[in-house]
Amino acid sequence: MVFTIEVNNRPIQARKGETILSALRRNGIQVPTLCNMKDYTPTGACRMCVVEIEGRENLTPSCSFQVEDWMKINTHSPRVLAARKTIVELLLSNHPDDCLYCERNGNCELQLLAENLNIRERRIPGKKSAYKNDKSSPAIVRDPAKCILCGRCVRVCEDSQAVACLDFTHRGSELIIASAMSKPINFSNCINCGQCVIVCPTGALTEKIQFEEISNALHDPEKILVAQYSPSISVSLAEEFGLKGTRDINGIINAALRKIGFNKVYESSFAADVNILEMAEEFLKRQEKGEGLPMITGDCPAWVKYAEQHTPDMLPFLTSVKSPQQITGTLIKTWISEKEKINPAAIYSVSIMPCTAKKFEGQRVEMTRKGISDIDTVLTTRELARLIRLHGIDIDLLEPEPSDDPMGGISSSGKLFGVSGGVMESLLRTIYYKHSGNELDETKLPKLRSFKPIREAQLKLGNTEISVVAVSGMNHAVKVLDEVRNKKKHYDIIEIMACPGGCVAGGGQPITKDENAIKNRIKALYEIDNREHIKTAHKNPQVIALYEDFLSEPMSKKSIELLHTTFTPREVIL
Amino acid sequence: MEKLDNLLKKFPELSRDNLIPILQATQDEYGYLSEESIKRISLALKLPASKVYGLSTFYNQFRFSPPGKFHIRVCHGTTCHMNNAGLFLKEIQKILGIGDGETSRDGLFSLEVLSCIGACGQAPVISINGKFYDRLTKEKLKSVLLTYRNMEAV
Amino acid sequence: MEEIILNSETDVFLMQVVHLDKVEYTHSMESRLEYLRHDKVGRPLILVSMGTASQVAGSDATYAKICQYSEERNLDAEIIQSGSIGMSQAEPVVSIQMPGRTRLFFSNITEDRVGSLLDDVFHNTIPAEFCIGQLRNDKHEGYRDTLFLDETGFMKLQKRVVLKNTGIVNPESIEEYIARGGFKAFVKTIKHYSSEEICDMVENSGLRGRSGSGYPTGKKWKIAYHTSSDQKYLICNAEESDPGAFMDRAIMEGDPFLLLEGMAIAAYGITATKGIIYIRTEYYQSIKRLEHAISRAREIGILGHNILGSGFNFDIILRKGPGAFVCGEETALINSLEGKRGMPQSKPPYPATSGLHRKPTIINNVETLSNIPAIVGKGPDWFNSIGVENNAGTKVFAISGNIRFPGLIEVPFGMSLRSIVFDIAGGPPEGKKFKGIHMGGPAGSVIPVSLLDTPLTFESIKEIGSGIGSGGIIAMDEDTCILDMVKYFMDFMQRQSCGKCIPCREGTRRMTEILESITRKPVNDNGHTTLERFKGVMQLESLAAVMKDTSLCGLGQSAPNPVLSTLRHFREEYEEHIFDRKCRSNRCTELRTYFIDVELCTGCSLCAKKCPSDAIFGTPRHPYFVVEEKCIGCGLCYESCKFSAIHYK
Ligand SMILES: Cc1cc2nc3c(=O)[nH]c(=O)nc-3n(C[C@H](O)[C@H](O)[C@H](O)COP(=O)(O)O)c2cc1C
Ligand code: SF4
Ligand code: SF4
Ligand code: SF4
Ligand code: SF4
Ligand code: SF4
Ligand code: FES
Ligand code: FES
Repeated sequence: MVFTIEVNNRPIQARKGETILSALRRNGIQVPTLCNMKDYTPTGACRMCVVEIEGRENLTPSCSFQVEDWMKINTHSPRVLAARKTIVELLLSNHPDDCLYCERNGNCELQLLAENLNIRERRIPGKKSAYKNDKSSPAIVRDPAKCILCGRCVRVCEDSQAVACLDFTHRGSELIIASAMSKPINFSNCINCGQCVIVCPTGALTEKIQFEEISNALHDPEKILVAQYSPSISVSLAEEFGLKGTRDINGIINAALRKIGFNKVYESSFAADVNILEMAEEFLKRQEKGEGLPMITGDCPAWVKYAEQHTPDMLPFLTSVKSPQQITGTLIKTWISEKEKINPAAIYSVSIMPCTAKKFEGQRVEMTRKGISDIDTVLTTRELARLIRLHGIDIDLLEPEPSDDPMGGISSSGKLFGVSGGVMESLLRTIYYKHSGNELDETKLPKLRSFKPIREAQLKLGNTEISVVAVSGMNHAVKVLDEVRNKKKHYDIIEIMACPGGCVAGGGQPITKDENAIKNRIKALYEIDNREHIKTAHKNPQVIALYEDFLSEPMSKKSIELLHTTFTPREVIL
Repeated sequence: MEKLDNLLKKFPELSRDNLIPILQATQDEYGYLSEESIKRISLALKLPASKVYGLSTFYNQFRFSPPGKFHIRVCHGTTCHMNNAGLFLKEIQKILGIGDGETSRDGLFSLEVLSCIGACGQAPVISINGKFYDRLTKEKLKSVLLTYRNMEAV
Repeated sequence: MEEIILNSETDVFLMQVVHLDKVEYTHSMESRLEYLRHDKVGRPLILVSMGTASQVAGSDATYAKICQYSEERNLDAEIIQSGSIGMSQAEPVVSIQMPGRTRLFFSNITEDRVGSLLDDVFHNTIPAEFCIGQLRNDKHEGYRDTLFLDETGFMKLQKRVVLKNTGIVNPESIEEYIARGGFKAFVKTIKHYSSEEICDMVENSGLRGRSGSGYPTGKKWKIAYHTSSDQKYLICNAEESDPGAFMDRAIMEGDPFLLLEGMAIAAYGITATKGIIYIRTEYYQSIKRLEHAISRAREIGILGHNILGSGFNFDIILRKGPGAFVCGEETALINSLEGKRGMPQSKPPYPATSGLHRKPTIINNVETLSNIPAIVGKGPDWFNSIGVENNAGTKVFAISGNIRFPGLIEVPFGMSLRSIVFDIAGGPPEGKKFKGIHMGGPAGSVIPVSLLDTPLTFESIKEIGSGIGSGGIIAMDEDTCILDMVKYFMDFMQRQSCGKCIPCREGTRRMTEILESITRKPVNDNGHTTLERFKGVMQLESLAAVMKDTSLCGLGQSAPNPVLSTLRHFREEYEEHIFDRKCRSNRCTELRTYFIDVELCTGCSLCAKKCPSDAIFGTPRHPYFVVEEKCIGCGLCYESCKFSAIHYK
């Protein structure tokens, strides 16, 4: 039902059952919010969104109040503006004046509010809570002093990621977000997915910043600097530079990285193809033996940590193949160093990922052989943007360049790793080919491209039909795993990505207010797949060369030694 | 933890509704909530430990370190405040060197500040291990604390 | 002598009684009831008031001593632990009823006085200095020259409806409760009325929420009644964590069955089958009494399945609130019951339509529910006749602070505040000037003496910028500094705020800081800081406005009340603190100025060493002196001087 209400002396259309905020927004009236999150039940905690409703004694939070037909609303009366301003001033009275030194300087919701409300002096002085920041984790840094206690991180971590690492603790002015027993985050059950970083309005949650660490290596003449980057950053980095339209800018990234001083530049989608070949082989072997099914993907390090902590019973089902980041890292320090006669110890290998958990993965003990780790430093998309700025590179003026051989050849199948369902699609293409010798008609799997969190599909392999599912968002993954455990559902392959939508929405991606950003990134990846000629991993000529030259065949002794890994249950407080 | 397991058995339902009663019973048993207890309870109730911890820190009743041999409750209700409870509280904190919810290092004294014990007519009031001391004066306070300290010495 | 034997036969008898009207009693029934309700006693009856306040005053020892005395002398007396009659100053109160005589009440019977009191009374002498009065009872011979209890200054103007039994009955005896007419209203309810009729009755009685909301109870019930659901809940809010409030506790300690009966009727009215009493953990005594009462009520069949064959099911459980003031707020309370942090939630939806587990839930205060049996028993018109228009019935207050007779009083609506404070509670201690009262708990307001003629109604109290609140009254005389009180309340609110919403979490904290800065002397004060502090006061007003306007729950919305009301009525005290740096009540220790008596000072120099602000100068072995401008008023010198040479003004 639609009815008319009066807002700021003008009629607007509102729908029965929606909140005041939603009616206002649809009609182009902007009211600031802090605690409100799309698709979550409003909590009404921050009171930023208050409006004046005629006949009500107090101001009303528009995010948590349903609109009704009798309402006469004023969204920007002096009373409302004074209230909003005071609320922000109150927040600032307990906030470090740290903008110049803050991760989120320039992209901070609090800063923007202070600016928009024209706060120009510290009107309310006061003692500030003295909190230390928590740098214990290799991926996530928490600075409670900058936390405005909006609770968004708490909700994401519990509702979307099913981890519930964080909660409000204590009360009143001692209220603080913390993990169980106030443990440093590295000793908590945090899976490093970084979704909390994405939703945090301030600099209270950030990734562990490492882009400066590499500068020493950059200027060390003894070091060979190698970079790899994930396909899902090539469709999102442009946002950081305000470039119009989301598109694949991998050529430009190559050029930028070389300008910064990297000697070699690769895209990890090459290794994604290798990952597919290994996984396809592993799956067929498991299927033949009739054990270890469903096979579950292990490319997402956040999911892997979740499994090690929360569902150790699922570990035997995980594929043992390393993720593309780690495969690239390994190949650089083995194959390429052999081929190009570089001492692996002289290589400084940097990986640029859409993901905070990749920082953690890079540090796993399983990812080091003979004292040499596969990856030296992992940066996020956001850090890359800053590295580029730091080096004074104007990316508008760069000409695209190709990645380095012998890992420059890619197929679009590896590109699809960035989106939920993409790994599965690529994997099925190769499995189908290996099984039947024919290429899979790509129109066969549209179900994997729906925007739903759980995407099931079936595929005929000769006489048997295999059933697969791709799931993103740990809350949905947990549901799927429960159903498998309770034998309510049967799958042969499960693809799990911790971040809702996949790595395009990873915790290291640009933080943007644009609600369509993630959809656009996904679209860009699918467009590449439509455009590219080589669409399957097994057709990637350089991958074929890798096997001929170095690994011989998928799941050979050498590939198992180099490209496969192990998992162990982890004891943390859950 | 055996005691805790037995205690959990007494609850007909290990649901979130019973979380607070379970925590209360646990604290009655052990005197405080240890990390072990919180882990065990969250496991039994299938709740994230962070939620159990977050809840326990919200309420005054729960403490996370063992109480002292002598548990002092100080009333800081309105009437007691009007009768200088605030000053006495500071005095106690000074003498024992502990704050609200803390236990002295020798494990002898622990402190809890309440708002109104319910004897405003006799303000200011404190209780030590359940025994009340009313109409407190500075001298009375000092001698009471001394008595308890000496009690330990013998 | 009629012997009272309690056995299963008694229970059967009691069940008979609850079904009958008074006129239907047979003679033998009536006589048996007289004993059960202790109108008549066959042997001496001794009641020891054992409420929390009495316990603090030493009633445990008194009780033990009485038992010992009775045993030693083979007294064959019935010794009962009762609730309190509400005279805090008189605790421990002991009352004694000899066969054939009226009951006598004695004050301040500490352990050491037990012997002589009992000696006296058993020898028919009354120690006048301890005697409060005698309980009116037409059937017995009274004592000469002894006031009746209802004639005493404290009781004369009171009208006791919910407190009628407290301190007089044995709170652990369902027999006595029933003998005094208890559970009749409930039986009437389930036998003769529909749920809707009960809601109507309560609405017509004009009963309004006694927690201070003043919301019409019947109206609230109807919302829940009309919301269809497979499960409804009735919650009794016994959190009572306002410091200085102990009305609900007194009811639960003194007459727990009354609350149970009220709850049972309420549940029937809203068609709830589950009742929960959410009670403060520190109320050990109330918890004990209620646990006992609930189990007795179940035994006798007043609670449980298919109650008295009516088909109505209702049971009550007790839940101990783990300590958070904000959990008195309805949605926070519900969260707490669901095993969550007690953070309030936005309303609507209101609990009456979607509360505990999203089911219709009615939350009422202890006192509200305790009024129900009388309303149903005596009819809404009777209830409506007490009090004044729109404000029917009585209100219980707990009065404490600077007052001669602190305690628990119940008065009809419409009485003036002055009567309550002066006529009943005796006004300020002798020789002290009265400043005003603080009403409504930590979020209440201060009412100055000049406004004490305001009649007690929800509306008129609101008109003078205050609120009745749940019933705590703090009396303040000239020794109480208004700013010190306000600072105390603000600090309380700051510590009790749940922290969910910004205006309350940060606002209470900043307001506390501003008040602290006003009541403290800054080091190296100069003109600017005075200005700053004055600006602080202006801030207080604007902060308060925003907090009231935007906070999520009642806590944040009302937290500024003490500040706003005192800024209005006691502005001169603020100004004194700020500009003259003076506290007229001498409570703000940090504003004191210290000086050294040259006669007494030996020049030991200890004070100069202790002074953190280097404000004390002098040469050893000659008198020292304090530089007033540098003194921050910490008082360390005062405490350190061994010769009492330091004074303050
Ligand atoms: C901060 C806060 C604390 C409260 N504390 C209590 C309390 O201790 N006891 C109580 O009965 N009501 C308390 N209330 C009021 C309750 O929310 C609720 O209105 C009341 O229990 C309704 O009962 P009534 O309708 O019988 O008055 C409090 C409200 C607020 C906002
Ligand atoms: S969080 Fe925002 S407001 Fe705070 S210091 Fe950082 S940029 Fe500034
Ligand atoms: S990184 Fe992920 S798991 Fe860790 S706290 Fe943030 S949302 Fe939770
Ligand atoms: S850490 Fe960030 S998201 Fe979490 S409550 Fe604080 S400000 Fe909000
Ligand atoms: S889904 Fe992708 S971005 Fe998210 S944690 Fe997993 S690997 Fe990282
Ligand atoms: S007003 Fe205060 S107590 Fe109420 S929800 Fe807000 S922060 Fe919590
Ligand atoms: S956005 Fe509405 S209260 Fe926070
Ligand atoms: S204020 Fe301390 S006993 Fe009531």
